[in-house]
Amino acid sequence: MYRYDEDDIRIVRERVEQFRDQVRRRLSGELSEDEFRPLRLQNGLYHQRHAYMLRVAIPYGMLSSRQLRQLAYIARRYDKGYGHISTRQNIQFNWPLLEEVPDLLSDLADVEMHAIQTSGNCIRNVTSDALAGVAGDELEDPRPYCELIRQWSTFHPEFAYLPRKFKIAVTGATVDRAAVAFHDIGLRLVRSDSGEVGFQVIVGGGLGRTPLIGQVVREFVSKRDILSYCEAVLRVYNLGGDRENKYKARIKIQLKTAGIDAFRAAVEAEWDRVRDTPIAVPEAELDRLRAFFEPPAYEAASRAAKSWDAESAVDPEFARWLRHNTSEHKVPGYRVVHISLKAPGVPPGDITADQLDALAALSDSYSFGEARTTHQQNMVLADVAQRDLADLWRGLRDAGLATPNIGTLTDMICCPGLDFCSLANAGSIAVARRIDETFQDLDELYDLGEVQLKLSGCINACGHHHIGHIGILGINKAGEEYYQIMLGGAPGDDASLGRWIGPAVAQDEIAPAVDRLVRRYVEQRANQERFIDTYRRVGAEPFKEAVYGIA
Amino acid sequence: MESREIVLDGAVVADPWVFVADDEPIPSQSGRADAPTSVAPPRVFVTLGRWRADRAALAARGRVGVVVPSDLDIRTLADDLPLLAAVALEFPRFADGRAYTQARILREQLGFLGSVRARGEVLRDQAFYMVRCGFDVLEPAAGRAAADLLPGLSDFSVTYQGAADTALPRYRRPTPDTQRAVA
Ligand code: SF4
Repeated sequence: MYRYDEDDIRIVRERVEQFRDQVRRRLSGELSEDEFRPLRLQNGLYHQRHAYMLRVAIPYGMLSSRQLRQLAYIARRYDKGYGHISTRQNIQFNWPLLEEVPDLLSDLADVEMHAIQTSGNCIRNVTSDALAGVAGDELEDPRPYCELIRQWSTFHPEFAYLPRKFKIAVTGATVDRAAVAFHDIGLRLVRSDSGEVGFQVIVGGGLGRTPLIGQVVREFVSKRDILSYCEAVLRVYNLGGDRENKYKARIKIQLKTAGIDAFRAAVEAEWDRVRDTPIAVPEAELDRLRAFFEPPAYEAASRAAKSWDAESAVDPEFARWLRHNTSEHKVPGYRVVHISLKAPGVPPGDITADQLDALAALSDSYSFGEARTTHQQNMVLADVAQRDLADLWRGLRDAGLATPNIGTLTDMICCPGLDFCSLANAGSIAVARRIDETFQDLDELYDLGEVQLKLSGCINACGHHHIGHIGILGINKAGEEYYQIMLGGAPGDDASLGRWIGPAVAQDEIAPAVDRLVRRYVEQRANQERFIDTYRRVGAEPFKEAVYGIA
Repeated sequence: MESREIVLDGAVVADPWVFVADDEPIPSQSGRADAPTSVAPPRVFVTLGRWRADRAALAARGRVGVVVPSDLDIRTLADDLPLLAAVALEFPRFADGRAYTQARILREQLGFLGSVRARGEVLRDQAFYMVRCGFDVLEPAAGRAAADLLPGLSDFSVTYQGAADTALPRYRRPTPDTQRAVA
């Protein structure tokens, strides 16, 4: 993975000192809260229901074991012993004291980490495919380009005070696991007609109050030009985005209002002016960045490989985990191991300090000392020799990290909701727990196959309910928590937005409603259809009827 | 006239510029009718409207700057720039970042070499970005001292991007910032 050089270290250190001084000025009253708010937000510090929350950047989800250990230390020292993986591959700590945040940031800087631009109206931490570099369907590893974008966007002097937040995601795979259509800029590595690998640029996707699928603004931009193209998009947005109404301030609204052709023309005109300036990325810089992401020293398949039939037969628990929590690796003899952070009774995405330490040790033993966070709020050990899978599984199981529910209905995405968030209408974590309790029978869960269930505690949609096969949104109805249900959303290649199926239901009716929905699916499904496929084929009616009865 | 201090190229100085409202006359010399003609007239900022209405006369007088609203397409000033000594760009709120882009376009695309002033809600924690984008003059927000802006100018000694201050992005610089900069 990328290693900081002197410049990178210096800039993060200077950021810590800058923020230390800002906190000092806030505490002394020199800075008003209005002045301080954007400054702390650009450093990932939110004020929540009970306390501050600090969102720490994990650029494109990559973590070393050393960083995992430091996060464990931070969770113990500044939080109540756990952290929370967000849907943008970052980690959040819910209980730091404002006075202690500068020290926390300094501890992060010791391991080349920070909270720069994890919030605020600026270019946010760039995200990517959690299987980057190991997926078989990859045209090219996207991470060098993520790092290029990370550096370009860090303290970009022109784009620190945009109309609204700005999120960029990059994928190099044919199957989109980074939800690039739901970002302000989504970049997809593609091959041009002449055989050159560059980027397709998608702009204007996003969830929130006005969910929109991004549109292709340019079919091909070469690697040399990717920063100038992004700069042109940002410049058009910085000048033309709505600054009066925050609900209309995202680039998606600007693009929709202008229309794709006018928007594209504005970007192309600006791009013409900047593309042949020094921002053009030299091949040497691309080579330098690519060198950080060279594959690790894989062993020959003959040594790494192992067929698990015998052991699986002996231990059905292991067999189950093997089937559901590991996936194909592009190198023969290796598997990708998925670690579910959706254990029963645990808020989705939470991970304890002890688990972070355990993961650090296991990654050192079995996965070249690296781990990744995923936008499904899970983690991945990307490079595990098949031979080591049983040992790794035992280690994960002992740490409570072997819940074999990856891709199933209980592998839910859920925002923090009422438990932490001051904007929440609903206790999304409590609802997630109720649903989880309803689906404890693993065989039943496996029989349901892939079901993506996503829950948000309010209209801001941090739980991405619009792109859940089943999406659930908490609303407030005369002081009571109610939940709306939508069906038919999907995040990836078959991107679609879900639709409401009917009136909101009360909190204790939501788990039974989900149960009825999936039962209806089982009745209706044909062949190997997934829930979403059945829904798309038969439409909403049978499902409405299942939830609300016959009208 | 009240005296005001500004930050000019990183140092606090008395503001040599006067803002002239549309209904005020343009001062001809240093405010005194009997001043010797060898004394240059004061530097004045006028509104964009006045500049457009009186362009020939103002240009002949010289030492004129124009105050530009943050929603102006700055490229429409291209023909005026050779006649202008300064352009003032506005930050109606510090969180309104349009003027950063206007400044970069002025410097990097329109090649403006005169003074570019930041005015409005100009605060210390944005000063570093402002200078990077090409502002040579920072006029502190109302009620603030110019000296308070100074610490913000040295928040960072390393940058990644090319901008108005440094044309080359980090990946094209011959020497890493850490080997050049004094922390
Ligand atoms: S969706 Fe609403 S309740 Fe949930 S975290 Fe976001 S803002 Fe808070």
